[in-house]
Amino acid sequence: MPTIDIDKQELFDYLGNQFDTASFRELCFEFGIELEEDSSEKGQLAEGERAQLKIDIPANRYDLLCFEGVSRALGVFLRREDPPTYKVVPAAEPHRITVSAECAQVRPFVVGAVLRGVTLTAERYQSFIDLQDKLHHNLCKKRELVSIGTHDLDTVEGPFTYEAQRPEDIQFVPLNQTESMNGRRVIEFYEDDQHIKKFLHIIRDSPVYPVVYDAKRRVMSLPPLINSEHSKISLDTRNILIEITATDLTKVNMTLNILVTMFSKYCNEPFTVEPVEVVYPDGKKFVYPELEQRLMATTGEYLNGIVGIEKSNDEISELLKKMSLEAEVQGDKINVKLPATRPDILQECDIAEDLAIAFGYNRIPRVQNNEATVAAPHPLNKLSDIVRREIALAGWTEALTLSLCSHDNNFAHLRRKDNGDEVVVLENPKSSENQICRTLLLPGLLKTVCENKRYALPLRVFEVSDVVLKNAAVERGAQNQRHACALYASNEARFEIVQGLLDEVMKSLNVVSVVEANKGVRYCLEEADIPTYLPGRGANVMLINEDGSSLELGTIGILHPEVLGNFDLKTPVSAFEINIEPFL
Amino acid sequence: MSEELKLTILKKLDSEGSIKDTTAAFKGVSEEVVLGALKSLESQEKVAYVTLTTEFWTIEAEGKDQLENGSYEARIFEAVPAGSQGIAIKDLEAKFGKVAKLGQGKCLANKWVKKDGDSLVRIADSIVDQVKAGLETVHATGTHPSKDTIKDLKRRKLIKANKTVSYAVSKGAQFSTELKKQATDLTMEMMQSGAWKSAEFKKFNFKSLGVNPNGGKLHPLMKVREEFRQVFFETGFEEMPTNNFVESSFWNFDALFVPQQHAARDLQDTFYLKDPAVASSLPDFWETVKDVHEKGGYGSIGYRYPWSEDEAKRLVLRTHTTAVSAHMLNKLAQGPYRPAKYFSIDRVYRNETVDATHLAEFHQVEGVIADKNMSLGSLIAFLDMFFKKMGMSDLRFKPTYNPYTEPSMEIFSYHEGLGKWLELGNSGMFRPEMLRSLGLEEGVQVAGFGLSLERPTMFKYDVSNIRELLGHEVDLGMIARNPACRLDKKMGREALQRSEAVDEI
Repeated sequence: MPTIDIDKQELFDYLGNQFDTASFRELCFEFGIELEEDSSEKGQLAEGERAQLKIDIPANRYDLLCFEGVSRALGVFLRREDPPTYKVVPAAEPHRITVSAECAQVRPFVVGAVLRGVTLTAERYQSFIDLQDKLHHNLCKKRELVSIGTHDLDTVEGPFTYEAQRPEDIQFVPLNQTESMNGRRVIEFYEDDQHIKKFLHIIRDSPVYPVVYDAKRRVMSLPPLINSEHSKISLDTRNILIEITATDLTKVNMTLNILVTMFSKYCNEPFTVEPVEVVYPDGKKFVYPELEQRLMATTGEYLNGIVGIEKSNDEISELLKKMSLEAEVQGDKINVKLPATRPDILQECDIAEDLAIAFGYNRIPRVQNNEATVAAPHPLNKLSDIVRREIALAGWTEALTLSLCSHDNNFAHLRRKDNGDEVVVLENPKSSENQICRTLLLPGLLKTVCENKRYALPLRVFEVSDVVLKNAAVERGAQNQRHACALYASNEARFEIVQGLLDEVMKSLNVVSVVEANKGVRYCLEEADIPTYLPGRGANVMLINEDGSSLELGTIGILHPEVLGNFDLKTPVSAFEINIEPFL
Repeated sequence: MSEELKLTILKKLDSEGSIKDTTAAFKGVSEEVVLGALKSLESQEKVAYVTLTTEFWTIEAEGKDQLENGSYEARIFEAVPAGSQGIAIKDLEAKFGKVAKLGQGKCLANKWVKKDGDSLVRIADSIVDQVKAGLETVHATGTHPSKDTIKDLKRRKLIKANKTVSYAVSKGAQFSTELKKQATDLTMEMMQSGAWKSAEFKKFNFKSLGVNPNGGKLHPLMKVREEFRQVFFETGFEEMPTNNFVESSFWNFDALFVPQQHAARDLQDTFYLKDPAVASSLPDFWETVKDVHEKGGYGSIGYRYPWSEDEAKRLVLRTHTTAVSAHMLNKLAQGPYRPAKYFSIDRVYRNETVDATHLAEFHQVEGVIADKNMSLGSLIAFLDMFFKKMGMSDLRFKPTYNPYTEPSMEIFSYHEGLGKWLELGNSGMFRPEMLRSLGLEEGVQVAGFGLSLERPTMFKYDVSNIRELLGHEVDLGMIARNPACRLDKKMGREALQRSEAVDEI
């Protein structure tokens, strides 16, 4: 969720001096933004320091990412002002950007607009820069999809061209630098720049780099990295040319619209923008920005139904005004005019949310919905709970270990080999503790015992939980398996203790030992050479069906002393681990 | 012996009424033995006693020497002849050894003698040996009326403090001169022989703890999970099969109308799989999902970007159980319309850097309600009822943004103990782009809500580090100690605050 910093006094003045921090926090809550912090509440401000508000903005509300946007939206919400109408007015001398064919290889799209007669102050200038940063970070996906260039129009001459050239052929002085460099040098130069280096990868390996020229072949920007020193804007800039390049045509338009709707406020003629014509190599021409209101048709019945209120169409249209949405009632229908500032509205449901906010979430009448449905547990969870309770009743303590672990934990430490056919491996873990999904519960329980050495022996610990196994036969390539694992750690291994617990669990599931019966569903221990266990003290736990067929459920044994050493344990441990899904 | 002593005590009490001082009454019997007998008699309420303590001083070896031969300083003074000649210090040292050094220091401090070159010369004509006098008093009386003298003698390690403990004994409520053997426990033999009828039972100390049963215990997180499950069952919810940690991006994101460039799909946030890396196939409605992302549909303008099938096939560890809800809604849509309520409580994964409040895996509690009459108003009414069952009233809702629900609401509850609003979870109405792609007919509204299981558990059981709750760093003692989970009662920190408040009053 993006956060913006706003000058407290300036905002409170704008809203008519009716708020203190507490009541403003309430307003934010109601509107769906969050006052995270008021710097004056944190302690004494330094002399001359102005109180700042930190406000969390929902990730899809790009129109609230600057002072201009959030103050206007709240002003309209409080019905102190009407939302402005944004107009595209023709320029005396039309602006044009011609796109060369090579751009398609690296960054195909460009859009533009001109803000005429702008009055900047230090605060407005900073807000303009900050908004670009926020947009670059969020909507523009760290400049990968979209990047913004802004220029002092009076330092350059149109028509402009958007080209893609070999880096060696591009030569210019980047913003705030004195050295003239070519494209290769730019990459090298910014390799150590904390800010710019994060974007170098976007074009570094491309044979051609995107570049914007003016009519006199002066480089204006090298998207998505840096503008030129020559055309940079300053507090004295009066006419601003915005060019935005992109790989995503939807987002580039959203970005342009947000910038011009926010900052056209400071134009000679507020909320007007001069268009820029973009000509593509195939001769197709487009004019930007596209500020026309979108129309979305909905009905009072639908909106009322979603929110759970009963308002007339006229009342709905009044409420929507608080959200900067103009609505026309046409019989049963409500036609909502969506301003260019609200690209987040995709469907009627988005209008329903705005209506709910305008009405007030906490004023919506509570209506109990009494449709009868039948409750039911998931059968596997029900089975797990039976096994869990049996084991706990027998005196074992339940642990809940992590399902991700290191590869060694699951294999080498248990003296097991990875044949590549069982374990799910993660691509991008941040820690070696998260390399794989466990295929056994045992390593987690051994680590639990290791962390609890301070307690008197014996330790009896168990877990009933899922492991993950590869399975090429299912769509997802892997599936969970529910295991039960229990261990006993003491001065002596006492195999018969975990064996007795296993007998108990089996009995609770109506399965008898082969020692006690020779027909029916039974289980047995089959001595086996299992590297995790002490030789001669390990066995497979087998389920024998009524028809005599058998199935391996898991293993039981005294852990191999090397395994115990790998988990930093000095006491003998015996354990069993079985798959309980066959008992479903 | 001790039985004998007890009888002696009882007989003495019988004849004399009380015993003023046991040390005087039972000469030669050690105090510990007397105390043992008294305690035993007291437990049978035959006697009552109070402890008498007397302090007295005895003379140490060095003190004895000075008591007999005079203090070191007096001895030195005597060795210094009268007149201005005095005596050479080295002669004194030869004669008295270490006593010379200690004695002459005191003599100088007392201004009895002075230094004259290498010799000591008398200043005083005669002296009184206060130390010796003090020691004589202590020797005779065991103490000294002057506290300063005692302090001085003690500092010079000439005397030592001693204590005598003695007891004054009186008759108890059950006084008698007879002693009966007391039984400590009821035994099977006593039952068989009938001895229990006449047996006298030793008084039981109820200000004690019992023997730890050392039984098995369930994990607190699982206990809280059980409480949540019960509330879901009470309100008609069916549990979803969430035993699939691995999902395709399609089910985890695309089917929920989360665009492919969404930040939640970054490697920074989501675990992708290396092996297996991709799903073998996508469900048959994948093209509907592609269209609604690329071009819109169902009244939506869509996200308008090129949708990639390969991206959708990438396997992830599910980031939420909503991936399973999507499966369930898709399945529900196969049959004729019916209202449905689903829930799950299971693990989800985030590629987080682990700290005290974040783990790469945690449990998500999720509820989904599909109903033609579902509205924000009925969702709010349901959440009110749901959380009230867990002792949380005063809910408040804040508009928020989720990519797959609209309208969306964060759920807050006012906590009186803490005096602030706590965020409980997230909720909303699933977007039509998602529901209709999954096959649900128009007009079926689906509300969903979710919260983490760890947060309320940490709060209820007073655990401040999540790693000490989920995972091997858990304290097994904590599992054994913690109480049953009753979400409608105050527990952990809440209960603690309550008792602190009571203390203040």
